[in-house]
Amino acid sequence: MESSGPFGLALQLIWQADPALVEIVVLSLRVTGTALLIAAAIGLPLGAVLGIARFWGRGAIIVVWSALMGLPPVVAGLVVYLLLSRSGPLGGLGLLFTPTAMIIAQTALILPIVVSLTRQVVEDLWQRYADQLRSLGSSSWRAVPTLLWDGRLTLVTVLLAGFGRASAEVGAVLIVGGNIAGHTRTMTTAIALETSRGALALALALGIILLALTLVLNALAHLASRLDRSHIG
Amino acid sequence: MTTAAPILPLVLDRLSFAVRGKNLLHEVSLTLEPGRRTVILGPNGAGKSLLLRLAHGLLQPTGGRVVWAAADRLGHRPRHALLFQRPVLLRRSARANVIHALALAGHGYRERRKRADSTLAKFGLTGLAERQATVLSGGEQQLLALARAAAQEPEVLFLDEPTAALDPAATAEIEAMLDNLHADRVRIVMTTHDLGQARRMADEIAFMHRGRLIEATPAADFFSRPVSPEARAFIEGKLLW
Repeated sequence: MESSGPFGLALQLIWQADPALVEIVVLSLRVTGTALLIAAAIGLPLGAVLGIARFWGRGAIIVVWSALMGLPPVVAGLVVYLLLSRSGPLGGLGLLFTPTAMIIAQTALILPIVVSLTRQVVEDLWQRYADQLRSLGSSSWRAVPTLLWDGRLTLVTVLLAGFGRASAEVGAVLIVGGNIAGHTRTMTTAIALETSRGALALALALGIILLALTLVLNALAHLASRLDRSHIG
Repeated sequence: MTTAAPILPLVLDRLSFAVRGKNLLHEVSLTLEPGRRTVILGPNGAGKSLLLRLAHGLLQPTGGRVVWAAADRLGHRPRHALLFQRPVLLRRSARANVIHALALAGHGYRERRKRADSTLAKFGLTGLAERQATVLSGGEQQLLALARAAAQEPEVLFLDEPTAALDPAATAEIEAMLDNLHADRVRIVMTTHDLGQARRMADEIAFMHRGRLIEATPAADFFSRPVSPEARAFIEGKLLW
């Protein structure tokens, strides 16, 4: 099939499900999906507890988590790199330049988003529900799953925002993954590399998929938000 | 109903509540014996809701004591419930709201489903069981909140102006359900500033004004021979504040 330039070639790669392209997309989704699951498992309960509990220093902890939402990916990558490098405290695990290292770096990027936004969602719900739940015999700790479940549609949006941030970032995974072909090459690192090499077709194909992914995520977030507003759940 | 020692009488012993040095409740003493329906009556800001919250344990008094005749919880199950003026329902089905309350009270998986269904039927809510609770009408929401409270089988039910935001039809429905609960030996203690409702629902009246208990008497006496000038003025429809 004759191509009509890089864009046509890119579409051809997608249409033919080019093995190299598929491998990169699958790895990217696996890394970001796993990071999201870990961040959700830690961040949802942690954010909920921060939303409910009252203790000395809570305000400072909230400020720190909020500030970490703006953590530059390259800084997150650098910190994880230092932790996992041969001379680092976790160097013995041999994780540097593996997908696991990329998952750790992306988790570090998503976690502050999940914790901070979950804290806000749960705190708002707790203000509304606290007296009623206490009246029914619920302790503050027992209220955590109740509030997370009731805020589920808003929290889906939070998780999608985290997924979006992780799937679009390049700095952290480049530093700790090394962009090794067939091993740690993700969509964003591949786009950077292929563009610098002048191989625009693969870069464009990955860019189209990344844009499509972003569009789907935003559509899902919008849907969750609409469902939340209409109280259907 | 429980076979545990009865929790009544409830003694509110010189209850006070202050916020930042401002006294909102002044040494209120009241004993609630079993079997009657008590209406706490008074204008807005009298301290009626505050008194209910203190009795129910949602707030701790800054002075005085709340003394139940026996432990007011059996395991996880609270033995008294509070219905708020504006119902706070969870974002799930009507049935799931009742099931959640029963789970908090420590009932097992099958038991809470069985009880939820029978309670919803008793309150005429079976047809709404699978509807999202938060999209029900105001009257239906309050009825569901009452069903949820009743499902925990409280021995004392506190109600904080439960029909203040409802139309006459919904008010009549709630009052009928309260009559049923009273017939089932649930002790009713409710606040209102509606004299008509107080006449319909009260066996005894506790009249409050500006954070003080002005008088506590049988309802018939209160309406025919009010002792205090404040109560007399309130019954005559004069503005109190």
